[in-house]
Amino acid sequence: MSEIAHNDAAHHIVVKAHPIRLYLVVWAWLFVLSAFSYLVDYFHLTGALRYTLILTFMMLKAGLIVAVFMHMAWERLALVYAILVPIGAILAFVAAMAIEADYTLLTRLAFFSEGQS
Amino acid sequence: MDTAFTEHRTREPAGGLATIVDDFSADQRAFRNVSWGKAMMWIFLLSDTFIFGTFLIGYMAARMSTTEPWPNASEVFALEIAGRHLPLILIAIMTFVLISSSGTMAMAVNCGYRRQRRATAALLVATAILGATFVGMQAFEWTKLIGEGVRPWGNPWGAAQFGSAFFMITGFHGTHVTIGVIFLLAIARKVIRGDFDHGRPGFFTGRRGRYEAVEIMGLYWHFVDLVWVFIFAFFYLW
Repeated sequence: MSEIAHNDAAHHIVVKAHPIRLYLVVWAWLFVLSAFSYLVDYFHLTGALRYTLILTFMMLKAGLIVAVFMHMAWERLALVYAILVPIGAILAFVAAMAIEADYTLLTRLAFFSEGQS
Repeated sequence: MDTAFTEHRTREPAGGLATIVDDFSADQRAFRNVSWGKAMMWIFLLSDTFIFGTFLIGYMAARMSTTEPWPNASEVFALEIAGRHLPLILIAIMTFVLISSSGTMAMAVNCGYRRQRRATAALLVATAILGATFVGMQAFEWTKLIGEGVRPWGNPWGAAQFGSAFFMITGFHGTHVTIGVIFLLAIARKVIRGDFDHGRPGFFTGRRGRYEAVEIMGLYWHFVDLVWVFIFAFFYLW
């Protein structure tokens, strides 16, 4: 019990030591990155440039929120990996469904156009 | 018992993969300096990640496989403000409001650990107000789109799946924000009453209240903001 209390206290000390300024800087960066995301749409950027910029700003924002606001950067690696590794399953699911959706589109194009002609 | 634990800790590896193996093979607890409350919140958030992940994957599959053109979100969510036509402006404002609420939440956690009772409560209430503002704007957006004829089974601009994806994804997110606002107000009440200063037990538990409750609340709130980052990128900007 004393061990648990000691370790909890250790985390509190680390988090407590953060100056408020750290959170304000991250907040400002999230504002800037969101503004950039919005500008991608405002200037009607298209194609690979649009998708690359959207994904880059998205990942930077997500990284800042998880690492600093959610204190993931200061957690023990066992917890970090227990949470982040399973998210790989979602990426695998995305890949599988992207292939499936592509196939569905192909069959729809093949059958729907045949039916109309 | 205590000495065995101490001895074990002195043999603890310096870091990296060895630490992870050591933690997961521990006989008592895997998440060694993480309280049960925080570990459970993280695991809940992971399961919630899968829920929103499958929603976004479903949206992706519907959008990729439809032969109809997908409605242009930039124009669908445009507003006329002071005679100027601004694309996606409401969504941009909602994004800034939610990010600001995450900022006040992060500062509330920090103030909590400094045991600044009033500042913590004030920042939690500010977070709740920003969250409620977000839900209000979402209600406005839903009303506007329903008025324009968007339904889960069709809309005036293109692929019918647009409506079902929109209502499902933003509806679930809005529900999360609403629950978060209630959660925030409940924690703010506990903070201002001094529960975490005096270690007063909660309603459902005999455990003594601690300021860590504010951090656990914060994890949930930041997650809601995190989900919005992905919805904003994939549903509104893509």
